Amino acid sequence: MSQLDLTPRLADPDALFEALVEAHRGLDPAASRRLDARLVLLLANHIGEMEVLRAAIALARACGSETP
Amino acid sequence: MSYQPPRFAFRQPPELGAGGHGECRVAVVGGGLVGLTVALDLSRRGVGSVLLDDDDTVSVGSRAICFSKRTLEIYDRLGLGARMLAKGVTWNRGVVHFRDKIVYEFNLLPEAGHAFPAFVNLQQYYAEEWLAAACAETGLVDLRWKNAVTRVEPDGEAVRLEVQTPAGDYALRADWVLACDGAHSTVRRALGLGFVGKVFHDHFLIADVVMHRNDLPTLRRFWFEPPFHDGGSALMHRQADDVWRVDLQLGPDAEPERETEPARVRARLEAALGRSDFEIEWVSVYTFRCRRLERFRHGRVLFLGDSAHQVSPFGARGGNGGVQDADNLAWKLAGVLNGEAGVALLDSYDAERIPAADENILNSTRSTDFMTPKTEAARAYRDAVLELARTQAFARPMVNSGRLSRPAVLRGSPLNTPDEDAWQGGVPPGAPAEDAPVGAAGWLLPALADGGFTLLLFDAEPVELDDPGGGGVRAIRTVLIRSADAPGALWDREGLFARRYDARPGTAILFRPDQHVAARWRHAAPARILAARDRAMGGA
Repeated sequence: MSQLDLTPRLADPDALFEALVEAHRGLDPAASRRLDARLVLLLANHIGEMEVLRAAIALARACGSETP
Repeated sequence: MSYQPPRFAFRQPPELGAGGHGECRVAVVGGGLVGLTVALDLSRRGVGSVLLDDDDTVSVGSRAICFSKRTLEIYDRLGLGARMLAKGVTWNRGVVHFRDKIVYEFNLLPEAGHAFPAFVNLQQYYAEEWLAAACAETGLVDLRWKNAVTRVEPDGEAVRLEVQTPAGDYALRADWVLACDGAHSTVRRALGLGFVGKVFHDHFLIADVVMHRNDLPTLRRFWFEPPFHDGGSALMHRQADDVWRVDLQLGPDAEPERETEPARVRARLEAALGRSDFEIEWVSVYTFRCRRLERFRHGRVLFLGDSAHQVSPFGARGGNGGVQDADNLAWKLAGVLNGEAGVALLDSYDAERIPAADENILNSTRSTDFMTPKTEAARAYRDAVLELARTQAFARPMVNSGRLSRPAVLRGSPLNTPDEDAWQGGVPPGAPAEDAPVGAAGWLLPALADGGFTLLLFDAEPVELDDPGGGGVRAIRTVLIRSADAPGALWDREGLFARRYDARPGTAILFRPDQHVAARWRHAAPARILAARDRAMGGA
């Protein structure tokens, strides 16, 4: 069972950020939300390991609630 | 109307002429699907009962319509399987729509080599009518219609019931009470028992509609956000006699009185069906709960079916779950009443059926949460799944329009003897028997329905058992099954028994009276067989 990999792995992080923002261009908030949800589901299926996904869900939630 | 419900005659109970008091060993409270099933199962085991029902007819409306394979197998053991199969509508295909598009179609593709299909749709009233007739035929079930239980008081080694009838009231002292009186159980309220679980606030409109047209395929059709209806979901399913079940989600703010007004119902159904050539037979507006009692056994009162646990209707887990409760309890209670088992065996009813109920509640809760998203985020994910599922196969298993009933595998049961030998799959202890074709045209399951335990030996000689038991539930009957046709043995004609049970020459499998596997071995050793039987009787 692999672990959630938290090392920086993207060769071009700016390009990913740009691609994500670009994907949302012209969408209203509800459509944006569905796009993100579709993206999460696609990536979750690609990862395919429930334990890794649970760790990612927990970390995503924790990072959002921490005071800077 | 497509169906004329029977009116069962009220007969004056003998207690009214005998000082208003009586006694019985088993009182079944509630003559619905589950109460009639447990009374019939007990009678097949030689145990009589008094069945008390406050009404004098069968279920109003179709109610539980999807009878699963396991339920049909249980009814086959009780003598009603063929009739249900013949009258019910066998279905395998389903289609899921999102708004005006098809998301995907499925086919249950039932595995060949089983006597019964995955599901048939049959109105609950047919099952109840046939069960009541079968109960009456046994002469062991005292069917008392228009006998309403009003009070329930545990009284030492018995339970005192007060019963109200049109001819007067009486008291009945029962050694055991089986509470099968539904979601609004009088027995449960009398004992002051609460539920654990979740209440859902969405209202649903359910209707039975007669359409004498056969241009509609036999499909389970489900819509998320249907274009013809402003609620969240819709379901349409065919039953016997050209009756169709239509289920429409109305949302949390619907007013039941207004929603059952005939003109309003007709308008909704015309929109849903796209036609007006139908008759409405039954309409109801309901909400549902996914919850259960903390325990199903309370001393000498045992709860079965909706009185013990409730689920949403979308997984066909209510009726099928209740029938499995009856299947689980009847042989145990018969064993206790025959003096073959200690009272502690009844605690295994909790140990086995609570996890089964929890599985049903979990599946039902998840289906409901998918169908009725409670937050914007939940809705976004739900819609995202549906949007992906149209083109992406990986997303289809996430579409949840109801996870259809599967028989409970009693994995952690204290009655199971854990495996000691090595198995490649097969049917593990706790699982219900898998059917297989045997002989020229027969089936395996009827060979496991003799009342007691069955020791099935594959390509092996019989073993000598010191204590096979008498004629009750504790008795072990040996059945031989062989890969080749031979006298005195079942013939595993297509090799499916060997494949399904991972059987090799010498394999021995011990089945309980309810056809669940108690234990299995690569080679039969008499001492182990008897120990496993005694354990399954609550002795270990």
